[in-house]
Amino acid sequence: MKSPRIFVPNDATAVACGANRVAHKLEHELLARGVTADITRNGSRGLFWLEPLIEVETEKGRVGYGPVKPSDVESLLHAGLLHGGDHPLCVGLVDEIPYLKKQTRLTFARVGIIDPLSLTDYEAHGGYRGLKRAMEIGPSATVEEVVESGLRGRGGAGFPTGIKWRTVAAAPAEQRYIVCNADEGDSGTFADRLIMEADPFCLIEGMTIAGLAVGATRGYVYSRSEYPLSFVVMEKAIEKARDAGLLGKNILGSGHDFDLEMRMGAGAYVCGEETALLESLEGKRGLVRAKPPLPAHKGLFQQPTVINNLVSLATVPVILDKGGSFYRDFGMGRSRGTMPIQLAGNIKYGGLFETAFGISLGELVNDIGGGTASGRPVKAVQAGGPLGAYLPVSQFDTPFDYEAFAAKDALIGHGGIVVFDDTVDLARMAHFAMEFCAHESCGKCTPCRIGSTRGAETLEKVIAGEKREQNLELLRDLCDTMKLGSLCALGGFTPYPVLSALNHFPEDFGATPSLPAAAE
Amino acid sequence: MAVYEDWSTERAAQVIAEHRHLEGATMPILHALQETFGFVPDPAVPMIAESLNLSRAEVYGVLTFYHDFRRAAPGHHVVKMCAAEACQSMGGKALADYAEDRFGVGMGETSPDGKITLEPIYCLGLCACSPSALVDGQLVGRLDRAAIDEMAECFAAGKDFGDA
Ligand SMILES: Cc1cc2nc3c(=O)[nH]c(=O)nc-3n(C[C@H](O)[C@H](O)[C@H](O)COP(=O)(O)O)c2cc1C
Ligand code: SF4
Ligand code: FES
Ligand code: FES
Repeated sequence: MKSPRIFVPNDATAVACGANRVAHKLEHELLARGVTADITRNGSRGLFWLEPLIEVETEKGRVGYGPVKPSDVESLLHAGLLHGGDHPLCVGLVDEIPYLKKQTRLTFARVGIIDPLSLTDYEAHGGYRGLKRAMEIGPSATVEEVVESGLRGRGGAGFPTGIKWRTVAAAPAEQRYIVCNADEGDSGTFADRLIMEADPFCLIEGMTIAGLAVGATRGYVYSRSEYPLSFVVMEKAIEKARDAGLLGKNILGSGHDFDLEMRMGAGAYVCGEETALLESLEGKRGLVRAKPPLPAHKGLFQQPTVINNLVSLATVPVILDKGGSFYRDFGMGRSRGTMPIQLAGNIKYGGLFETAFGISLGELVNDIGGGTASGRPVKAVQAGGPLGAYLPVSQFDTPFDYEAFAAKDALIGHGGIVVFDDTVDLARMAHFAMEFCAHESCGKCTPCRIGSTRGAETLEKVIAGEKREQNLELLRDLCDTMKLGSLCALGGFTPYPVLSALNHFPEDFGATPSLPAAAE
Repeated sequence: MAVYEDWSTERAAQVIAEHRHLEGATMPILHALQETFGFVPDPAVPMIAESLNLSRAEVYGVLTFYHDFRRAAPGHHVVKMCAAEACQSMGGKALADYAEDRFGVGMGETSPDGKITLEPIYCLGLCACSPSALVDGQLVGRLDRAAIDEMAECFAAGKDFGDA
């Protein structure tokens, strides 16, 4: 009899919630029972409230159990875990869970399903078909396929990826580079992390396609020290790809060379900004560069450089495999394709939800996310990370789309949505936004460096009830200065969370005195 | 608890030599030194500068720019608690206050006995299982007071968190 295949995620969230202890316990108990089973450490499906989620392959499909504690393992085995037996933790066939079933997984198609470090699994699930097609059609047709897909940068700014590639391909150079921005510093986001830990070859393939398309032979993935596990998985995957001739000289006999290296940041949020990232890769302080020149003309070591967010690059294989127009058919308006939306914070069903653009914020938070984890009413969500706006429930009809969010002075950014219940004080969150900017400012421009410190002080006065009206006016002035006078979006966008908090929740700033309680 | 090597010029030179061939080698070298010694001791700065043909000021500038790099030894145990928004939405701030009390050390500080360093960190990508922390390099999600208590007890007993 074939030994059953069991999956226990080796994803940072699952591990942080005890997955390694569960895996050990499971191995131990199986050994004690003399049962041989094949335990695969997969990535997470992205249904994080269920982690650690154990899956077992059965004739009907993969049956899931979660969230599992080490102390549940014995009762699970007793209930017939190995054959998908019933148990209070059983969630049935994982593919049938509505949260997964409602998604359109294009970029994240393999995530959680395969063994992240098995090239056999990767190729059995469509891996390296994109690269092979790119080799068939050649560099310029590859670039045009990406243009055709309508893919826009998933790192925040939403610039068309294909256009960026065209520029780099056309720039004369001795050396071109592909740089993957895996600095994912926004609170409420984990899409880059999930790809690195669950489907690292997808990123490697995407970067290789980019290299072939623009004529670059070297690539870097710049990740974060906050993602220790991602780094380890990526390094192993790069090694395996190299051993298999998928990185290095003459890839798959195509005559093209491309190789890749991991680099780790050191806790500076601003290094997610593309030019600061390039400075950091060059071994310098993460100071933002003035543009022009664009990185596409003069990037890493002054050479033409494609710098893309990790999700942008990991979406390229499916675009090449299925065609630009296939991808383009998903979405709305100028937001084409799918977006991995990350539901986080005080939310019942937190996780990754990849879907076509156009779904409403309310549907995401309430229908998909199940409202708050605390069970209290939702008060606000912050979308797009620390530089994104706070949106009140009255704006929940906003469709998830670059332009629709921009029209509300909001950002979709990297796709993170952080939910807050009614205990949140938005004046304090505004204060945090200013403090964070002050803490992370690269220091190059005054409005950001000094303005954020002043902004935090001013908000402290407002919170203390000191000259509230004057201080709020001062705060608005400061925000204008920061918006207009900052070199990058750290200083330039910090006013958005601050002003949205103030505009939508003036009562938290004491701006409109609340009605006095019934007089004695 | 991480165990580090004592400073030695020879060992530092060896670490630097292992990485100096890389493009933009400064950051990889600083990371490697910190991993070896627990921090980047001052005498390493001129060594890096010389090896990479940079000025001391340049190396010093890089060392001090990044929040991660330490110029002094950390405590035996390093607890980094996430201070970013998603963790705040789940009561991260109150939990951080509790940790300060329980460990007897302020955020951003090392206890006088050198036992515990408590620091903020900005997002571990565990934001769907907040609040979270990085405890001696181990990721911890769904953090609560009980976990902080357990940490405090483990550390007091000279054990690592989770080795109860
Ligand atoms: C302060 C700041 C932080 C940023 N952080 C990130 C980040 O962590 N990841 C990312 O991909 N882009 C980040 N960006 C956006 C990048 O500058 C850049 O737009 C992106 O890497 C381009 O790739 P894309 O076109 O694929 O999105 C940040 C920008 C700013 C101003
Ligand atoms: S806005 Fe802030 S982070 Fe951006 S370049 Fe200016 S000082 Fe640096
Ligand atoms: S750090 Fe660049 S804007 Fe504040
Ligand atoms: S905000 Fe704390 S882990 Fe992301």
